[in-house]
Amino acid sequence: MLRARSLEAGYGELKVLKGVSLHVSPGEIVAIIGANGAGKSTLLCAIAGLVRPSAGSVALRGEEIAGLRPERILAKGCSLVPEGRKLFAPMTVRENLELGGYAVRRRLGRKASEADLESVYGLFPVLEGRQGQLAGTLSGGEQQMLAIGRSLMARPDLMLLDEPSMGLAPLVIKGIFAAISSLSSRGKTILVVEQNAKAILRIASRGYVMETGSLVLEGTGEELLANRDVQRAYLGKEYSSIDEDRGQS
Amino acid sequence: MTRVDAYETMGREDLEQVQVERLQATLHRACQNVAFYRERFEALGIDIEKVRSLADLAELPFTTKDDLRASYPYGMFAVPLKDIVRIHSTSGTTGKPVVVGYTANDISVWATLVARVLRAAEVTEHDLVQIAFNYNLSSAGLGFHYGAERIGSSVVPSSGETVGRQVLVMRDYKTTALVGTPSYALHIASYLREQRIHPDELRLRVGLFGAESWSEATREEIERGLHIKAYDNYGLTELMGPGVSFECKERSGLHVNEDNFILEVIDRSTLRPLPPGEEGELVFTTISKQGFPLIRYRTGDVSAVMEGACPCGRTLSRMRRVSGRVDDMIIVDGINIFPSQIEEAILKVEGVAPHYRVVVDREGGLDVVEVQAEVSPDFPDLDEAAKVAALRSRLQASLDEALGFRARVAFVEPETIERSDGNKLRRVIDKRPK
Repeated sequence: MLRARSLEAGYGELKVLKGVSLHVSPGEIVAIIGANGAGKSTLLCAIAGLVRPSAGSVALRGEEIAGLRPERILAKGCSLVPEGRKLFAPMTVRENLELGGYAVRRRLGRKASEADLESVYGLFPVLEGRQGQLAGTLSGGEQQMLAIGRSLMARPDLMLLDEPSMGLAPLVIKGIFAAISSLSSRGKTILVVEQNAKAILRIASRGYVMETGSLVLEGTGEELLANRDVQRAYLGKEYSSIDEDRGQS
Repeated sequence: MTRVDAYETMGREDLEQVQVERLQATLHRACQNVAFYRERFEALGIDIEKVRSLADLAELPFTTKDDLRASYPYGMFAVPLKDIVRIHSTSGTTGKPVVVGYTANDISVWATLVARVLRAAEVTEHDLVQIAFNYNLSSAGLGFHYGAERIGSSVVPSSGETVGRQVLVMRDYKTTALVGTPSYALHIASYLREQRIHPDELRLRVGLFGAESWSEATREEIERGLHIKAYDNYGLTELMGPGVSFECKERSGLHVNEDNFILEVIDRSTLRPLPPGEEGELVFTTISKQGFPLIRYRTGDVSAVMEGACPCGRTLSRMRRVSGRVDDMIIVDGINIFPSQIEEAILKVEGVAPHYRVVVDREGGLDVVEVQAEVSPDFPDLDEAAKVAALRSRLQASLDEALGFRARVAFVEPETIERSDGNKLRRVIDKRPK
């Protein structure tokens, strides 16, 4: 589905991505974990066209998209759910969703758009109950659902999710991760950047570890969860607690 | 077709993507965690971020066995010893041993790769796998052990037993698959003959042999002697152990587990990569190992990448069977000879036992090669000097044809040439002054 090769990007003089290569196969949930400032969000922005790559390639279903404008990339089936949701706060839930479908509405017609709306409500029933409510008044978890729902309205094949659990309470996070799993079982391919390494690796098919602009490790979710470096750096385990785990197993 | 991993039949473009990703990650980890690589790359002014494709690999320096020895024992480990769950080492036949560490993940990946080797030889959970490789220090025994357990076979670790006990186990436990060195398989075959045990009294069906280079003639000899189908496999402890490449049922070259190892073949004089089809030294880069990553490791083994697709459906490229090791190669008057060529010539002559030794010496400034062999115990006319002389001249003719120069032929007393005990045999004795 997606194949990035030696992708470089940055802001002015600052090179943030230093040659990143990764792939996402159809139907996979692929997680990118790493410390703050490692370049994870920049990577998603570079794929989505919000940051222009300075070198390297990005292919979506074999077609080169690096350097295209974001709306062209969206039209080709790759949508981004940005960090911090970026909703239109003074607009209603329904209006936010309809805006998400704006890019495909003309092509698919009103009927299809209505059906898409229903399908989003199917995934997040709470949004249907609040469709007339202003987006800015939703809880954090509901806002995240709305952001994902808005992105779904563009009928993407590949969804890029940037820190979907950020700022949410543990119970709410659980719901968001369940939604990500069900997106995958509905045939969406997902590339997700996430601070909550443990939770995302449990549902991910594969993952990559990013450090200062480079991917340093790749493996199945299970492999990465068992990796000592990952445990120490991202799962908050110290040597002593790893030893305890060992003793218990 | 037998079950295969997705990586074994992946499209070449997808596979290359996986290789590039894993190579880049390996380079970062190696530079971060192994002082040897960090310092060497720095000294040579190499920026690993410039490695954007597989072709760029050719710009990186080689790692040699001497580098590994200089880092003895733990200098090349890329994780703290605390994260290492297993340590193997090379036999040290040519010097100080190389010590290799595995993380828990490395062990798991290894089992997956050896499982591929076994499945390709049509070994399943219904098989009883007897492992005659040595387990002490070496990677071969435990490598196969974990691989066979991974596919659910019943594993009998039989190393260290006498050949008599091996055969007893084989017969009574109803072993169906034998794993070991080819020379040990020959040893078992000749034991069966001596003891007048017909191979069909055993349930043995298949054998997987490696750790030495062996000729097609040896394969035939083993298959005849044990009534099995014999498969070649390749690996070395420095890279992991068994599981680097393996024969499928076509037995036409060895598929390289390219999702874990990048293979290059280099010209030994220019050190540049050679195109498929051309023979040179095998150079491997590990791209999934965490405990002990190796970048462009010169194996000393000689072979070539094969062209064309394999009818088995695997897309993993194939390498030809290894024709020999660079350090086993004898250069006599500028001609390169591998022991395997001598072996092939010996096995062509009926009446000569499949055991041999090669002694190279210098007499009056000239290189002299003596091939020592034994008359086969099956040879009926051992006492008739004329018949033995005729046998010797048949062997001489076979060697002349194979080598392109004259080697001396000497018959030694039966049973005096060292037999395999499951370890690698050194068959060449070079007495020439260095």
